[in-house]
Amino acid sequence: MSTLKVDVHHVTRVEGHGNIVVDVENGELTQCDLQIVETPRFFEAILRGRAYDEASHITSRICGICAVGHATASLRATEQALGVTPSLQTTLLRKLNFHGEILDSHVLHIYMLVAPDYLGLGSVIPLAKSAPDLVLRALRMKQLAGDLCATLCGRHTHPISMTVGGFTQFPKPADLRALRERLVASRADCDATIQLLQGLEFPAFERDTEYVALHRDDEYCFIDGSIASSDGGIRPLADYREVTNETIVPHSSAKHARHQRESYLVGALARFNINYDRLHPRAQAAAEALGLRPKTINPYLNAAAQAVEVVHCTEDAILLIDQLLEHGIRHEEPAAPTRMSGEGVGAADVPRGTLFHHYKIEDGTIVGANCIIPTGQNLANIELDMRALVPGILDRTQQEITLALEMLVRAYDPCISCSTHMLDVKFV
Amino acid sequence: MKPKVAFFEFTSCEGCQLTVLDTLQRHPELLEVIEIVQFREAMTERSDDYQIAFIEGSCTRPSDEEKIREIRTQAQIVIAVGACAHLGGINAIRNRMPLDDVREYVYGDKKDWFETYPARPLSAVIKVDAVIPGCPIDRDEFAMAVTHLLQGRMPAIPDYPLCIECKLTENVCMFLRGQTCLGPITRAGCDAICPSCGQGCEGCRGLVPSPNLGSIKEALRERGMTEEQIDARLSLFLTYQTMQMDGVTPA
Repeated sequence: MSTLKVDVHHVTRVEGHGNIVVDVENGELTQCDLQIVETPRFFEAILRGRAYDEASHITSRICGICAVGHATASLRATEQALGVTPSLQTTLLRKLNFHGEILDSHVLHIYMLVAPDYLGLGSVIPLAKSAPDLVLRALRMKQLAGDLCATLCGRHTHPISMTVGGFTQFPKPADLRALRERLVASRADCDATIQLLQGLEFPAFERDTEYVALHRDDEYCFIDGSIASSDGGIRPLADYREVTNETIVPHSSAKHARHQRESYLVGALARFNINYDRLHPRAQAAAEALGLRPKTINPYLNAAAQAVEVVHCTEDAILLIDQLLEHGIRHEEPAAPTRMSGEGVGAADVPRGTLFHHYKIEDGTIVGANCIIPTGQNLANIELDMRALVPGILDRTQQEITLALEMLVRAYDPCISCSTHMLDVKFV
Repeated sequence: MKPKVAFFEFTSCEGCQLTVLDTLQRHPELLEVIEIVQFREAMTERSDDYQIAFIEGSCTRPSDEEKIREIRTQAQIVIAVGACAHLGGINAIRNRMPLDDVREYVYGDKKDWFETYPARPLSAVIKVDAVIPGCPIDRDEFAMAVTHLLQGRMPAIPDYPLCIECKLTENVCMFLRGQTCLGPITRAGCDAICPSCGQGCEGCRGLVPSPNLGSIKEALRERGMTEEQIDARLSLFLTYQTMQMDGVTPA
């Protein structure tokens, strides 16, 4: 096909509003954009003038899917700014809660958003009749993840009891034991998820890029840590701007990012590539079963990396519950600020990648805020993938090319309404 | 015949639609009695032939008004889903600030590239037949709303304050715990989930009919809150409603 026009208005089965626009004339690719047409949401601007303890409640509303991730990064930014040191119990509860969100989001993405493409369907709904076991499994896994978050923070969207310095409610040991039992039982569902992915035929498209994720030496990192790149180098969180280098482009209300190359990738595949060694052995075995090893450079395999993380988070959640039960759950007052003015960066590797919140606080009031969202960091990389993909598949029908592009965008699990309010504020 | 139902979203986090998906997962029997013909976040198939429209999100740019009116023209029943659609929600916080300053803070000298205007609830653009309040909506309340619609009546929501549910839940009053809460002026229906989790109500379900704002402000002052802090609390979800009560509606 020497002339091709693809114009997918509002890509389906993604969070938020994006259009794919591709134009090929006489065999030459003249346009290849992922347009972000979501309305601007201005979260950083509305945080100014707010009390420090309102920030996590406001910013969790950036995203219905990664609400716990936003709350976590927000609390860490505030705690860094005000010199708050959370207790070991708080740290363990936050990690456990975070696993609930990763499980919920990844299961949603794998089963409801990605799998229908590979099974030739427009949504998961027909599967309820044709493959009820698959749908029931997805629902069971999602329900467990949701119940885990509800036990720890009231509800997944939007968390209630997460607060600066700690929590305002605590799980009962019996609740944790019940969750542990269900997590152990969920191993069979994890295995079945890996089997499902083994049976899917992922497009054989590869493009090497830079992968960026949070990193710690002692664990597969989701909260805090440093910023690591597959191209080398580890930077402290405070230097995040040297990694994200945001720019504004006209066709996207979300900003683009670049680090050491033209673009970089964040998310499950980046975490897998960078932190593979710190995965739970069962998760490494799952990766082995999927033929996945670092570094994997096929972006469609992000869903496979997510499945590996589902195994990891299930296992690590069991370990965290054991630790919490061993310590005994105490009703702690949240750790108090040691100062009321300061500046801090908080980071979390949320389901879709590395998320930064950066606040400046004066006398307990937020005076400057910056949030850098994973999907924004991925946009430039998605476009470069699209550019690399299209010339190699021009011999296919328009319908096939469009589907391949939609599947590519979906593979990144974009969270568009999140990403449309990033900025690069100079704090004065 | 099953009613044809469509879901739409404007400026929002899509958390309410995720709650809808969650509700449908927990109550798959709902899928037996309604036919979903459009739900962009969950399915590729779409049809514009529908009778009931559930809309999440605020209207925050002039160009969205036309789309919202189109939905109104097509649908026999339009339901506002969640605080953004019902109240303007978190989006309306910026209505208290100079819009140009807000735009410049986020997009700098590119601020005119992206269209926006003060956030407003759906009811400021079209007639809305019913609302499902909350940030996010409550699962059971959504299921109940669908049940009511199938029975041929509009979804009913409580017209009494949250304090009544909070008492029934046997929570100790947040004020007695030395904290603050907007329960006395906020519409019930969430089973007082925030006080049950140790947090004061933030008013996400909107004001109860005839709220006594003077009295709640007095109670918050007695708890040591400054006027600025009180304004901030009342503007988390209630900016549009309180500005409207003061006779201010955005252009």
